[in-house]
Amino acid sequence: MEKTVNIYLFGKKYAVPESLTIMKAMEYAGYELVRGCGCRNGFCGACATIYRIHGQQELKTCLACQQQVEEGMYVATLPFFPLVKKVYDIETIKPTQQIMMQLYPEIYACIGCNACTKSCTQGLNVMQYIAYAQRGEYEKCAEESFDCVMCGVCSARCPAGISHPQVAELARRLTGKYLAPKSEHLINRVAEIDSGDCKAALEAIMNTPLEEQKNLYNHREIEK
Amino acid sequence: MYQYTEEQLISMKKVEETRASRFGAAIPRMSADQKEEVLASFHPDYISTAYEELKVGKNKGGKVLHELAALLQGRSRVLDLSIDLSSPDYDVDVLVIGGGGAGAAAAIEADNSGANVMIVTKLRLGDANTAMAEGGIQAADKPNDSPAIHYLDALGGGHFKNKPELLYKLVNEAPEAILWLNNLGVMFDKEADGTMVTTHGGGTSRKRMHACRDYSGSEIMRTLRDEVLNRGITVVDFTSAIELIKDTDGKIAGAVLMNMETKEILVARAKTVVIATGGAGRLHYQGFPTSNHYGATADGLVLGYRAGAKLLYPETLQYHPTGAAAPTQIYGALVTEKVRSLGAQLVNKDGIAFVNPLETRDVTASSIIRECKQNGGGITTTDGEGVWLDTPLIEMVNGEGTIEKRIPAMLRMFGKYGIDIRKEPILVYPTLHYQNGGLDISANGMTCVENLYVAGEAVGGIHGTNRLMGNSLLDIIVFGRNAGKEAGEKSKSVQLKALTLQHVEDFEQELKTAGAASGEASPKLLPDYKRKAN
Repeated sequence: MEKTVNIYLFGKKYAVPESLTIMKAMEYAGYELVRGCGCRNGFCGACATIYRIHGQQELKTCLACQQQVEEGMYVATLPFFPLVKKVYDIETIKPTQQIMMQLYPEIYACIGCNACTKSCTQGLNVMQYIAYAQRGEYEKCAEESFDCVMCGVCSARCPAGISHPQVAELARRLTGKYLAPKSEHLINRVAEIDSGDCKAALEAIMNTPLEEQKNLYNHREIEK
Repeated sequence: MYQYTEEQLISMKKVEETRASRFGAAIPRMSADQKEEVLASFHPDYISTAYEELKVGKNKGGKVLHELAALLQGRSRVLDLSIDLSSPDYDVDVLVIGGGGAGAAAAIEADNSGANVMIVTKLRLGDANTAMAEGGIQAADKPNDSPAIHYLDALGGGHFKNKPELLYKLVNEAPEAILWLNNLGVMFDKEADGTMVTTHGGGTSRKRMHACRDYSGSEIMRTLRDEVLNRGITVVDFTSAIELIKDTDGKIAGAVLMNMETKEILVARAKTVVIATGGAGRLHYQGFPTSNHYGATADGLVLGYRAGAKLLYPETLQYHPTGAAAPTQIYGALVTEKVRSLGAQLVNKDGIAFVNPLETRDVTASSIIRECKQNGGGITTTDGEGVWLDTPLIEMVNGEGTIEKRIPAMLRMFGKYGIDIRKEPILVYPTLHYQNGGLDISANGMTCVENLYVAGEAVGGIHGTNRLMGNSLLDIIVFGRNAGKEAGEKSKSVQLKALTLQHVEDFEQELKTAGAASGEASPKLLPDYKRKAN
């Protein structure tokens, strides 16, 4: 039997194998997860969790699916946090500084405590990306926030009530749609397809007998 | 922090010693015959004892894996309930079941058609395999490429079993799908002049893999989710569909829903229904670990099958060649194919590259299994065995900083356990990744059951019996949008009759008559991991 450690799920003590993640430890203890569990691989942000190690002062944050258990770990999951999501029309808004002022004015109430950055489960520089958003530097905000999984821990720790992940989402969409350079080759290809230029070649392949299709496939040229 | 075993350390040393000689060396590709041989001998789809014959339904006589058979021939959750169908809790034009990429894309297009749309999802909107797709999305949009070349790649990769009209749609509408996403604000990797950064994937003959670093699916999913919310589309989350409802004409007319937390039963009436419930990795076919999200339990296949829809290629699964084999905490997690696209090689315990890293997924996975099971080239891990994926080669090929820039999620995933993939190779083994088969549809997205549409991983036939990397993110967008448009338009002419669940009773009777009832509650909804160490 593998060595066990004692952890405290919402204050109640359980002995669990030491190799488990917090998520698997909860299941090992008998929890049937509905909330607080999504991709189980660190991409979806469903399992935001706060913990403290016995004898230490610091509150730590993590994704339950990514963090291994430790002796004396007090665990509280945060399966939902009331982030503010403002509604807008991506077709009509413009990537100006004003849009952030209109939709998320609370970002200007940031007191610079850096609690968001310290709590980020992805290790992002959250306060910095909010600073970029304040200045209307959306490409920088998008770049800095790109790995965000929108777990909401930063907002839970924010004294100014900022919904950081939603601010970053807006900045990324503005960047992707308006600020990043257009892809001419993509626009051209869509136009070619729309005008029917690609149809003949495609239908020719489709209507080729199976043996000949196999031959074409096995001898096709592969780009280096 | 991960502790390597003595055996692993010795083997890793050999990998380091051979790295310089492997750098730039051409690893031969297999001939068609060699591929056939490794597939027949080592691919899990060829293990006949894992399969059984279906006794009822449209695929009667066909074979599926035991785990799926138990659900397809399981016991409906509505049989023990008394449900009042006469006063529905929700009454909409289009009901989308599933809140992943396909469901969100369908909902947006159905909304565009003017229909009243509702999404029902058993977890949160966006909790789906879409968000976990790391590598990228294919589209033939470069001058040296064309939809016809894309077609041939996917056809050969799918062993020439792809349904032609579906594959035609997939490749022909791919560039438009990328443009649509870009116009919604998805941040694709681009050069300074706007040229898309594209790479190879296993089985591609042109570099047509578009990516958003290695958060491609996550970036697409969060954008689609934001758009669904901006439009005010109704999203009923933490609620599963446990059965489809028909009207007295036998057409689809809604679904019975269950609140996952309170177990409250609700009735949704709808003129058309889109099944976008995704895959089945959490059924752990043949005991494999999976890279799939928590809710991937084939629910839509079960609902559709009981309602009279047909399955196409349900017997073929995709085992992604590179699931994490160690550390144990991330056993089975996806190591994106992009790692191989960028130049990492698959290397055995003696430091020898044993397969070209850009063979198709089924061939690569089978080669890894052969290397471990037959050739003794595997390295022992806590959960079994694995081979090396030599990631430090990436920066030798593409320059320093490439890993942080192009595959940050991988750097982070292993970094959490003290493994720096820029300096150390990682241990991998195939993981259950994708359901190649699913519900059979026509090019308009509809099954043989009137007004029942399907999109995304729950569809069968688009990819034949083996999907190429980057064609899944593509198919959820192309076929999600397609199903949404078609279902939205169709809903305008539908006149619903009285609602009924008679088809469920009939199916149960057939099961009893055939002696095939498994008794298992179905659909499964969530895997059972209670009181288990893995």
